[in-house]
Amino acid sequence: MSIFVDENTKVIVQGLTGSQGKFHGLRNKAYGTKVVGGVTPGKGGTDVEGVPVYDSVQDAVAATGATASFIVVPPKFAPEAILEAAAAGISFIVCITEYIPAKDEAMVFNVLRRNYPGTRLLGPNCPGILSPGKCNIGITSGDIALAGGPVGIVSRSGTLTYQALNELSLKGVGQTTCVGIGGDPVPGTTFIDCLAAFEQDPETKAVLMFGEIGGSDEEKAAAFIKENVTKPVVSYIAGVTAPPGKKMGHAGAIVSGGMGTAQAKMDALAQAGVHVARNPTEAGEIMVDIVKGL
Amino acid sequence: MDLFEYQGKQYFARYGIPTSPGGVADSVDEAIEQAKAAGFPAVVKAQVQVGGRGKAGGIRLVNNEQEAKEAAEFILGLDIKGHVVKRLWIEHASDIKKEYYASFTLDRNAKLHLAMVSAKGGVDIEEVAATDPEAIKRLHINPIDGISYDQALDLAKSAGIDQEALDGVASVLVKLYECYTLGDADLAEINPLILTPQGKVHALDAKVTLDDAAAFRHPEWDAFRGVSELDGRERLAKEKHLNYIGLEGSVGIIANGAGLAMSTLDVVNQVGGSAANFLDLGGGAGADVMSAALEVINTDDRVEVVLVNIFGGITRCDEVAKGIVDALSSVEMRSPIVIRLDGTNADEGRRILADADLRGVIIEKTMIGAAKRAVEIVDEGASK
Repeated sequence: MSIFVDENTKVIVQGLTGSQGKFHGLRNKAYGTKVVGGVTPGKGGTDVEGVPVYDSVQDAVAATGATASFIVVPPKFAPEAILEAAAAGISFIVCITEYIPAKDEAMVFNVLRRNYPGTRLLGPNCPGILSPGKCNIGITSGDIALAGGPVGIVSRSGTLTYQALNELSLKGVGQTTCVGIGGDPVPGTTFIDCLAAFEQDPETKAVLMFGEIGGSDEEKAAAFIKENVTKPVVSYIAGVTAPPGKKMGHAGAIVSGGMGTAQAKMDALAQAGVHVARNPTEAGEIMVDIVKGL
Repeated sequence: MDLFEYQGKQYFARYGIPTSPGGVADSVDEAIEQAKAAGFPAVVKAQVQVGGRGKAGGIRLVNNEQEAKEAAEFILGLDIKGHVVKRLWIEHASDIKKEYYASFTLDRNAKLHLAMVSAKGGVDIEEVAATDPEAIKRLHINPIDGISYDQALDLAKSAGIDQEALDGVASVLVKLYECYTLGDADLAEINPLILTPQGKVHALDAKVTLDDAAAFRHPEWDAFRGVSELDGRERLAKEKHLNYIGLEGSVGIIANGAGLAMSTLDVVNQVGGSAANFLDLGGGAGADVMSAALEVINTDDRVEVVLVNIFGGITRCDEVAKGIVDALSSVEMRSPIVIRLDGTNADEGRRILADADLRGVIIEKTMIGAAKRAVEIVDEGASK
């Protein structure tokens, strides 16, 4: 099994007629994902290499029965695109758009939380979701994944998500689903959402979790793991040697309450019984040993 | 983008937040003129983006032209914790009855905006948070609903703001929220927010961090650019839209994605090296961006080897490889380059590099292998 998506998930691409949307949308389709349509206002009735394009998400959903959307539009239009998808009944939205203003992100998140509680947003500014051999929505290169499980991956940073897949695939360990949640301040889907889903998924036997400095989502994940996750978890936190980031003034420091350093996150995870690696390669090696012992 | 105090006050003024009248001066003569215009007594304040200006002698009260001249002569060129003062802000001195604190920022945990108000302003607010957390009152604000005057008033009351200042503080809070939201600030902070003996409430300082992602809807931000404190290389990197932070080591780092770039620093460190910089190309970097990154790193004479770590997703490795080939045809690199390419179009990227047969370019298959190779090159150089 997989989490959030599977081989039957029907996907539309908002922004399919743009260069990035076309490249990645068609690549997802070539991977085997059921890419059933695209949406670009004003271009309804056309097609992109055989994939029909609609004027609105509503039209696309009515014609195709899609339940998932892949949003590849510029930051200026992405917030509206997300809300359009939610209003049209899409239940799983992947938005890869980078540089969405924080105010727009916070607004979209809260509108979804209040008005569309059944809709899950992955991202923005994330690589997407990949269930090897079944479904790939996003910008991850499908050939770096290995089907068959038993490891679930959840990662915050985009390119580190690829590194996580790569470390396991090179060592012959497959994945059930790989979720890149993105590193923006207000992510639609969190570590905890993914950990909870992996805990429920019978085919996932262990979880690889890649975090990074800043915020406190990793600390919250550690607390969740301690109480709710019975499967082995291996983690890596990027940024042990990173320069101190731009400090968000005093107000930011107060909000984070001293949390957010790599060490604080690693300590919290270790205390929750998580295997804490020092780099991505070591994380892969620890996971190989765990999978061997299953 | 962090604003200087004077820029923050200009930004506050756009949203109707009261500040003291004043002006900017870059020379002693200008300082005297601005002080006269503001009216004595006046305050001469160093414009640097670092705390502790007052203790370092960067803020002076002046009562006449002669004192204004002396203060400007002293403060211009003053080194405050590594920040050299190039600009002054001069305003009419305010009589202070009380000092408060007010700010808006995003609470990433709650995914809501957060207002903070305290009657204990004018001091290091982190210190207050640590020693007397109850003195800071907080209110979460859902962006859908915003903050009303009545809510702001209740918040000010709960923070123990004096009766005569309540209306002023509440009205500043409503305006500060607009500055924070409509103005796309990541942080909008006033410390101190003062009450004068005449019963007026206004901002004596301004700390504003703008959200760079929102620049497309703020043409007025252009006026804030070009006066940043960045050093030459950081400014060059910023012009090229690269996320660059200079460090002290000898391995120049170029990676795509902040997470991978941080991880590359970690791995270089763990195999015995040290990074000269953090450089994230961002997503979807093309040949021109890669070429610009090499150009920036090449101006750093601490760099003994460049480590390029690319895992393609939206970034295509063939584009990255073309950028490297382009850059090397126009720029003479001072140091060898170790490259690791994986992900989208990686085979094609590696083939482009191999076909170009570039001198001083080494291709490695894994991240850890590339880091080890880079550190070996530094060590070989040291032993020569």
